[in-house]
Amino acid sequence: MDKMPAWADAVLVPLFSILIAAFLSALVILAIGENPITAFMAMVDGALMKSTGWGYTLYYATNFIFTGLAVAVAFHARMFNIGGEGQAMLGGLGVALVCLYIPFPHWSVSLIFTIAAAGLFGAAWALIPGYLQAKRGSHIVITTIMFNFIAAALLNYVLVNLLKPTGAMEPATASFPAATHLPTFFDMFASDGNPLFRGSPANVSFFVAVLACILVWLLIWRTKLGYEIRAFGHSETGARYAGIPNVRITVIAMLISGALAGMMALNTTQGEAERLVLNAPEGAGFIGIAVALMGRSHPLGVFLAALLFGFLYQGVAELAFWNNIPRELGMVIQALVILFTGALDNMVRMPLEKLFLAFGRDKA
Amino acid sequence: MTAAPAIELKGISKAFGPVQANKDIAIRVMPGTIHGIIGENGAGKSTLMSILYGFYKADAGEIWINGTKKDITDSQAAIDAGIGMVFQHFKLVQNFTVLENVILGAEDGAMLRPSLAKARGVLKQLAEEYELNVDPDALIENLSVGHQQRVEILKALYREADILILDEPTGVLTPAEADHLFRILEGLKREGKTIILITHKLREIMEITDTVSVMRRGEMTATVKTAETSPEQLAELMVGRKVLLRVDKKPAQPKDTILEIRDLRHTDSAGVERLKGISLDVRAGEIVGLAGVSGNGQTELLRVLGGMTHATGTIRVNGQEIDLTGQHSDGQSRRARGIAHVPEDRHHEGLILPFSAWENTVFGYHRDPAIQKGPLMDNAAIKAEAQAKMDRYDVRPPNPNLAARNFSGGNQQKIVLAREIERDPDILLIGQPTRGVDIGAIEFIHQEIVRLRDKGKAMLLVSVELDEIMSLSDRIAVMFDGQIMGERLPSETDQTELGLLMAGVTDTQGKRAIDAIEENLRAKEAREASKHA
Repeated sequence: MDKMPAWADAVLVPLFSILIAAFLSALVILAIGENPITAFMAMVDGALMKSTGWGYTLYYATNFIFTGLAVAVAFHARMFNIGGEGQAMLGGLGVALVCLYIPFPHWSVSLIFTIAAAGLFGAAWALIPGYLQAKRGSHIVITTIMFNFIAAALLNYVLVNLLKPTGAMEPATASFPAATHLPTFFDMFASDGNPLFRGSPANVSFFVAVLACILVWLLIWRTKLGYEIRAFGHSETGARYAGIPNVRITVIAMLISGALAGMMALNTTQGEAERLVLNAPEGAGFIGIAVALMGRSHPLGVFLAALLFGFLYQGVAELAFWNNIPRELGMVIQALVILFTGALDNMVRMPLEKLFLAFGRDKA
Repeated sequence: MTAAPAIELKGISKAFGPVQANKDIAIRVMPGTIHGIIGENGAGKSTLMSILYGFYKADAGEIWINGTKKDITDSQAAIDAGIGMVFQHFKLVQNFTVLENVILGAEDGAMLRPSLAKARGVLKQLAEEYELNVDPDALIENLSVGHQQRVEILKALYREADILILDEPTGVLTPAEADHLFRILEGLKREGKTIILITHKLREIMEITDTVSVMRRGEMTATVKTAETSPEQLAELMVGRKVLLRVDKKPAQPKDTILEIRDLRHTDSAGVERLKGISLDVRAGEIVGLAGVSGNGQTELLRVLGGMTHATGTIRVNGQEIDLTGQHSDGQSRRARGIAHVPEDRHHEGLILPFSAWENTVFGYHRDPAIQKGPLMDNAAIKAEAQAKMDRYDVRPPNPNLAARNFSGGNQQKIVLAREIERDPDILLIGQPTRGVDIGAIEFIHQEIVRLRDKGKAMLLVSVELDEIMSLSDRIAVMFDGQIMGERLPSETDQTELGLLMAGVTDTQGKRAIDAIEENLRAKEAREASKHA
C-alpha cells in the first residue's frame, strides 16, 4: 500500500481542512474579544435552524453547484477554468435577453429557453479561451481570467448603453415580465399554516442544479465523451495513442464548463433579481474553484461542498448582523476555508497519508 | 584474499509501508572485483543500491566500507566513503560542457577557473588510463549516450571513487558501445577499483563479473562465483522456477504481404528528420523485428504506423493506401484498418494509469458501437469482458476494478496485449514488449506473440533487446539514423553483424568496419549538433 484508501482521501482530508480553518477562525474571533462558540452557534442558527436560513443557504449553494461543476468538468480535461465569473455574467446576459424579448406563457416554458440561453452564452464565452488553448497553446488560466474582465466591461457597456430603461439611474435591465418569474421555495412548499422559506430566494433552479449534477456524473463516468475527457486529462500522450482528438476534447470540455457556469444566472438573474444587474455572480465563479477542489471534481462531492459553502455564506451574513463582529470577519472565515480546502490541500493530505501508512504497517 | 571486503552489508532491511523491499540482506564484495547483482524488476536491487548511496535509510542493518562501519546518511557521505554511482538515467546538465558537469558539486572554491583547469588535467590522465576519452569542452546535449555515460563514470572517478556502482548501464548502448564500456570496467578493475554491476541481462553477468548475487522478492537468494554457474541456473534462482530462455517456435509460413511501407519520411517538431525514406514489407504469418539502438527512428516508425504522428510517403494495408497526413490520420482510423498497436511506453501511452483495469481494456476501442448502450457505455458488459480477458491472460491480481497503476509491469503489459490481441487485428505493432517485465511474464508474452503469428497475423516488433529480436523474429531489419541498413535472417546472422549494422556500418567484413563505426557516430553527432545550433 503506497496510498491511503480512497474514502479517507475523499472524506478525511476535507474534514481536517475545515477543522483547521475553523480553529484558526476561532482564534481570530477570540483575538477581537468575542466568543467563538457563540459565533459558531449564531452561524448555525442563522443558516440551518430556520427555513428562511435554509432558503438562503440553498440559494447560495445553487450558485456554487453550477460553478463548482463547471470547474470540475474542466479539471477532468486537466484545464483550470477560472473564468466561471465571466461565463456566468454572459449567461446572465443570455437569460436577460430571452426573458425581456420573448413573451412566455408560463415560467416553465421560459425556464427551458433560459437554460439554453444561459448555457449557450456561457459556452460561447468559454469557446475562445478553449480554442486558443487547443490550437495556439495560450494558457487557459491567463485567457479565462482576462475574459472575466472583458465580460465585466462588455456587460457594463450593454447595460448602460443598450438595455438600461430610459431614465433609470442604475446600470440594470428592466424587471423581467411576471411570466418568467421562477417559483421560489416559499411558493412551492409553504402552506397557510406553515410559512416555509418565507422571504428567502431559494427557487426552482436548485433542482436544475441537482439535475446538472446527475447529468455531469453520467457524462463523465458513463459516456464515451466523458471517457475521452478523463483519458485526455490524465495523459495527453495516451490520448494521442488512442486517437482521441485533443483540440476537440479541449474545446468541448470548455464549452460544457462554460455552459454550466453560465447556468448559474438561472438562479441569480432569473430566480432572485428578476432583472440583470452589474456583477451578478458576486464571486461565485471563483468559489466554484474551491468547491470543485474540495469536492474532488465529483458531482456528489461538488454538491456537498456547495452546501457547505452555502452554509458558510449565509452563516457569515448572519454574523454580520451582530454588532460586535465586523462584516470583514466573515470574509476572513470564508478565505480561511477556501485556503485550507482548496489551496493547502496537500498540507493536510501528506501528514494524514503518513499517519495511514504508519498505521497500515503496524497491522501488516 | 585476506584484505577486508570493499563493501560489506550486514542484515540490511527496508520496508515501504507493508512492502518489504529488502529483507535481511548480507553481501560481501572484495576489492578489485566486479560483482554483479541480478534480479527481476521489483526484486529490490535498486532499493539496496539507494541505501548504499544514502538515498534511503535502512530500517535495520550495517554498512561496512573497507573494514570500517559507516553511517551513510546522504549521497555526500557515500561520496566521502569513496562510492560513486552511475545511474540508469544520467544526471547531467544538458547545456553544460563535459568539464562543467564533472566539477559540478565538487568545485574547490568560489571561482570556477582553477577547478576547471585542475579537472582538465585529471580528465586527460583518466582518459589515458582507462580509454575514457571524451572531449572536455563538448556540450552534453551533443554527445551520444555512450559518451554521456563515460562522463558519469568520469564524474565518479574525479570524486576519487574506489567503488563504482552501475545501474543497468547497457540498456541504452549499442553492442559495440557496451563492449567498450566493459573494456573500461576491466581497466578500472585492474587498477584495484571495485565495481558493482546491476543488470537483468544474464549475458552481461556471465561475460564480465567475478561473482554474482541473485535477488528475489527483496531477499538475496544466492551469491556464487560466476565461473561456477550458468545462465540457466541464474534464471532459475531469479524466478524461483525453471525458465525457458529460448523461444519455442516453428519456422514461419509467411503468406501475402499485409503491410507495405514505401519511402516513409517523418520530421519531428524540432525539425530533425527522424525517418529518411523507410521501405519495408510485413507479410501475414511472420514477425519482422526492427533492431537498433534507441533513438534511431524505430519509435517514430511505430508512432507513424500507429497514427500518433504524421508522415509522408506511402503505407498500404492489404493493398489499400492509408491516410498519413490528413484529419483522419489518427489512432482511431488505424484501428479501423486492422492495425493494433502495443506502444513502447505503456505508462504514458498504452494505459491510463489512474483508470481501472477494465476501463483500460477498451482504451482506444471505447467508441466501438458494440460496447455502447444507447448514449452510455455498457460498463457492466465491458467489466465482464475485462474479467474474462484477465483470466485468460493470467493477469494478477485478477481484479478489473483495480487501477492500472497498481499492477506490476508484466501484468500491465498483459492488459495491453490482451486488449490489442483480442481485437483480432490484421497487423500488430509491438514496441518493447518486455521492457520492465519480469522473466516469468516474458516467457508468456513471447509465447503469445508467436501464437498470434501462427494465426496468420503480420507482426512488426521493435525492441532494444537484441536477444529478443534474434529469438522472436523471422526476419530482422536493422535501423540506424532513420534508415534501414539492411535485412537479415536470424539464422544467417549473429550479434556482431547486427551490432555493426546498428552502428551504421553496412560493410560488415573485416577490421575496416570497426573504424567506420566511430566515424559514423561522430558524423551523426556533428549533424545533430549543427541542427541544434
